[in-house]
Amino acid sequence: MSTVITATRSATATTAVLKTEARLFGREPGSLFWVLVFPTLLLGVLGAIPSFREAQDSLDGLRTIDLYVPVTVLLGMIVAGIQAMPPVVTGYRERGILRRMSTTPVRPSALLSAQMVLHGAAALVSVLLSLAVGRLVHDVPLPRQVFGYVLALLLAVAVALALGALLSALSRTQKIATAAGSAVLFPMMFTAGVWLPVQAMPDVLARIVEVTPFGAAAQALSEATAGDWPAWSHLGVLTLWTVVLTGAAVRWFRWQ
Amino acid sequence: MSVIEVSELRKSYGGRAVVDGVSFAVEEGEIFGILGPNGAGKTTTVECVEGLRVPDAGRVRVAGLDPVADHEAVTRVLGAQLQESEIQPKLTVRETLELYAAFYPNPADWRPLAERLNLSGKLGTRFARLSGGQKQRLFIALALIGNPRVVVLDELTTGLDPRARRDTWELIEDVRAGGVTVLLVTHFMEEAQRLCDRIAVIDRGRVAALDTPAGLIRRSAGATVISFTSSAPLDDSELAALPGVTSVEHKDGRITLAGTDETVNAVITLLARSRVTAHQLRVTDATLDDAFLDLTAGAAR
Repeated sequence: MSTVITATRSATATTAVLKTEARLFGREPGSLFWVLVFPTLLLGVLGAIPSFREAQDSLDGLRTIDLYVPVTVLLGMIVAGIQAMPPVVTGYRERGILRRMSTTPVRPSALLSAQMVLHGAAALVSVLLSLAVGRLVHDVPLPRQVFGYVLALLLAVAVALALGALLSALSRTQKIATAAGSAVLFPMMFTAGVWLPVQAMPDVLARIVEVTPFGAAAQALSEATAGDWPAWSHLGVLTLWTVVLTGAAVRWFRWQ
Repeated sequence: MSVIEVSELRKSYGGRAVVDGVSFAVEEGEIFGILGPNGAGKTTTVECVEGLRVPDAGRVRVAGLDPVADHEAVTRVLGAQLQESEIQPKLTVRETLELYAAFYPNPADWRPLAERLNLSGKLGTRFARLSGGQKQRLFIALALIGNPRVVVLDELTTGLDPRARRDTWELIEDVRAGGVTVLLVTHFMEEAQRLCDRIAVIDRGRVAALDTPAGLIRRSAGATVISFTSSAPLDDSELAALPGVTSVEHKDGRITLAGTDETVNAVITLLARSRVTAHQLRVTDATLDDAFLDLTAGAAR
């Protein structure tokens, strides 16, 4: 009986934390813009370039804009996990917010979970926006292998959050977290194909990029979009990175 | 019954003993002060009581519970106000109070609490925009919101202006009047003397003395201060030889002696015998400041 009451109590408290953090997320116009608006905006701009809307023989008859939908899908996740989340979490530790929560019946881990859930959810909303704009504005077909696509998507969100968690664990201050996030952001954007989609990269480069988390994610998403089940090698690379990064984050995270 | 029991508590950081065998017990309904110089181990001691740090050795009990092993149960009976611990900067006062109230099984109604802490006009203000005093008052509200049996207040009035400090003292007296036991960490003598029923003076990780404020003053050397301007010079060695005298000082023609009640009579006898008239003779009790300096004198050496 008392366990039931305790469980209900902690569920109420966890919901209260999540609601509060969601409200605070809504007060960060920077994060909202870069996660939700920027990737879609980029897709809109790229689609306005006439040559990107023409089918290319070198891309198996696909148009450049077709390749950019998975890229902008990943962009939202990368920004959410690597740029937006770590400064928040590190700031919570630096300001003693986690410590204060340790003196209440709620564990400070509730705050971290809420941050991961919210940034993950924002990344997924950003995905839907990119897919919708791609479909409605640029006539990019929706993914044909839906299950494979969703699986690749969830793994990509997980790896982005795990990398963000590791950055939060390793950064002592909010300033360091912001700097580290920006430093990691650009290589991750490159491997996701923001400057040059992975399919359009020279062979050797593409092989290398495929072992990085977002290079593998880009490949898996493209395959599922085309209607194939994503290659297990790509899904395996994603899983491996998620496990390693999560383990490292847990190992090095400090509550105070 | 003791609400807080600490016995033989020890905690070291990097081989340096910060808390080195501290013991004390706080009774229900008491305001208990922990007083000591900076770096004496006060905060580490209360962090062990709050369950934020794991002691290396010793026993800590809050309402009979172990703050580490029964951490969650302890958080329901103990409210804490920590040093250097903030709130999410963009959270408003109202949202903060509502959030923290949701953490506890039987929370206090935050509206009267906010009213009592003079925060009612600031409910819509974000934490980052509050003044130092308003932030401190919000932290007190958060320490009280779970209807705790014990509150631990660490350096509560540091950074407050004199007016806000006095208001806070009244508030702490109110809290105790409501039946809550208060453990107060401070380095303000005036605060300790005004509020505390008993005080543990902690110095270099040990309890140097534990008594009521009046008791601490009485037991320190030089608890009574006698000062006067004499009509004729007096021999210093004669003054120093009086019973109970711990110091003799000359300043601007005034003689100041620190001693005991016994010293007072001896001084008067000496003056009469030497046919010296004392002008502006004053006998005062030493303050807690004097007692504190005496008790922690070793730290300065």
